[in-house]
Amino acid sequence: MKLTTKALSFTVGAAALAFAGIASAQETLTLGSAISLTGKYATNGVHAQNGYEIAKDLINKGGGVDIGGTKYMLEIKYYDDESTPARGAQLAERLINQDGVEFMLGPYSSGLTKAIAPVTEKYGVPMIEAEGASRSLFTQGYKYLFAVLSTSEQYLASAIALAAEKAESEGKDPSTLKVALAFENDPFSLDVRAGVIDDAAKYGMQIIIDDKLPRDLSDMSATLTKVEALQPDMLIISGHSKGAATAARQIAELELEIPMVAMTHCEAAKIIGKFGASTNNYFCPTQWAETLTYSDSLFGTAAEFDALFKATFDGYKNVPYQSAQAAAAVMVWADALSRAGSLDQDVVRDAIAATEMETFYGNIKFSEAGNNIAKPMVLRQIQNGEYAVVAPSKWASAEPNLTFK
Amino acid sequence: MWQGIEMLFQHPSVNVKYILDGLFFGSIFALAAYGLALVWGVMNLKNLAQGDLVILGGYFTWYFQSALGWNPILTLPIVMFIMFFFGWAMYALVVKWVIDKDLFTSLLATFGLALVIQQFINLVFGPETQTAVSELGKIKFYLFGGRIVVPEIRVVGVLLCAAVAVALIVFMKRSRTGQAIRATAQDARAAKVMGINTDRVYALTFSINSAICGAAGALVAMMFLVQPFYGITYSIRSFVIVTAAGLGNLPGVITAAFGLGVLEGYANNILGASYQQFIVVFALVVVLVWRMIRLRKARMVLE
Repeated sequence: MKLTTKALSFTVGAAALAFAGIASAQETLTLGSAISLTGKYATNGVHAQNGYEIAKDLINKGGGVDIGGTKYMLEIKYYDDESTPARGAQLAERLINQDGVEFMLGPYSSGLTKAIAPVTEKYGVPMIEAEGASRSLFTQGYKYLFAVLSTSEQYLASAIALAAEKAESEGKDPSTLKVALAFENDPFSLDVRAGVIDDAAKYGMQIIIDDKLPRDLSDMSATLTKVEALQPDMLIISGHSKGAATAARQIAELELEIPMVAMTHCEAAKIIGKFGASTNNYFCPTQWAETLTYSDSLFGTAAEFDALFKATFDGYKNVPYQSAQAAAAVMVWADALSRAGSLDQDVVRDAIAATEMETFYGNIKFSEAGNNIAKPMVLRQIQNGEYAVVAPSKWASAEPNLTFK
Repeated sequence: MWQGIEMLFQHPSVNVKYILDGLFFGSIFALAAYGLALVWGVMNLKNLAQGDLVILGGYFTWYFQSALGWNPILTLPIVMFIMFFFGWAMYALVVKWVIDKDLFTSLLATFGLALVIQQFINLVFGPETQTAVSELGKIKFYLFGGRIVVPEIRVVGVLLCAAVAVALIVFMKRSRTGQAIRATAQDARAAKVMGINTDRVYALTFSINSAICGAAGALVAMMFLVQPFYGITYSIRSFVIVTAAGLGNLPGVITAAFGLGVLEGYANNILGASYQQFIVVFALVVVLVWRMIRLRKARMVLE
């Protein structure tokens, strides 16, 4: 099925459903989602929606979901939350109270998820979300919230682990490594920082610079001056795309030579395109990459998902991980519903909690708190202007280019 | 804190860098502050949209490079030209009608303008952060046992800042129009009586300010980055500089801007990056209090 436009996809989907309705007494199960189709998250909101759609269509094509002996076709009801949390919470109420939706898919971004989770929790509606990474979502004791992605404090954990591994292989003690941190002063980046500090402490690494940059940061030269003077072994940066862009530009401008530079949001900031060869050897974490060797029975391998996605939706040169994880969330729904064998919300909730599956996106197993603990963050390195997966070594497609002095 | 101070002595070249960066970044702040000093002095307008004009100039520069492939240094005059007319339109549509109203009205109006410009950029260019690449080289030298690398674009910023300052002074002192602007600044009513078209003078002043902001914005896009909602940073800095330096005091504006740039570097080193902005506003408070004390002394002499 080749769908070129969203409108077409809806028409075809509706037609398929109509035919299904005539052909046999198949039932329809509706999942609800408030998603950002306009406003500042619109780009990523649409990526997420496309991920939901591609998984839903493929599951329906395969005959839908078998719940206690009855075949159900999946349907997803979307509302546009305009990228505003208050609107998101309202729409969640509307989906549950007016539209009678009993099962939810998440919105885009931690902020929106934070606004919607109390609503779904209040009504005991299970929600599987794929786009809210903030650690604070999983410290509230929510019972009905599950997330397939890795939480923010894990973003750069694999970078620290890789550095320690590398130092040991060079016959050095990881505790001799000096680390410089430059993090933006906002909830997401501070979550990432907390994870990095925990991991660095585990190996006894010394943190010699720990700068919290202002929110409207556009200059890091004072921090980088310190870096040049103190010569750390690793420089770790997180500050959304502006942090990545500023760091990439100014590290090149000052010709700093740091054995290991790791930063979040490399892709969003398009640092390869902007700053070219100077970004070689930077480490960038991601939730997912199409070169990973994960696979499942629905989509096949990560590469096959990538190919199908590009064939289904126009205009994608790279498949964003936002779409991959959204598709994984729908897969978890299908899996949990069929295992539950019932539409009772609490039975289904327990089935989700017991999820243990392998998908093209990575393994999925939820902790008590509802976050996915089976999938590590993937660490890539920019090598010759391309992103290459270098850690965890089990799924790596390239050797990291890293030597400590 | 002590670690930071210690570093200044252990690595003396760090001092050179902070001072140089202070000059480089100060020159951008100085550009935005000239413009503000101009509209404030001549029109008595506290322009809260100052920083947003800077950002708009930055977006034009980025757009010309990314969409049309123009060299950002060479497009700088074009950006200034566009921003000049943008300023003129802004004056004719909004500023003109609030200029003789009370302070509160003009503050509200320019604040509204700031919001409109932000959303305009957001809708036209999108909310992502953007940068322009100057494609200039670097100057390298060794001093105090440390390597100093200076990207040439930062030197361009200082030169441009100096050029605009000289051009402004010459224009104000020598040209007929400059004379008219100064006359209007001194006493608008008297200037009107003498046959000066004050409305035109105001329009011109505001447009010149807009063009200078555009130049600053082009440098911001090439040295830092632009995002639709970053204007406030530049607004605050220009207000701090102009307030500290006093109106109609171009050398004061330049000194204050450079001082602020250097101060920020040292504040980052000694107190930490999170205090970098705090120190800007704190410096303003110190200057104002100090000035008040000095004035009080003068007053006592008069009694």
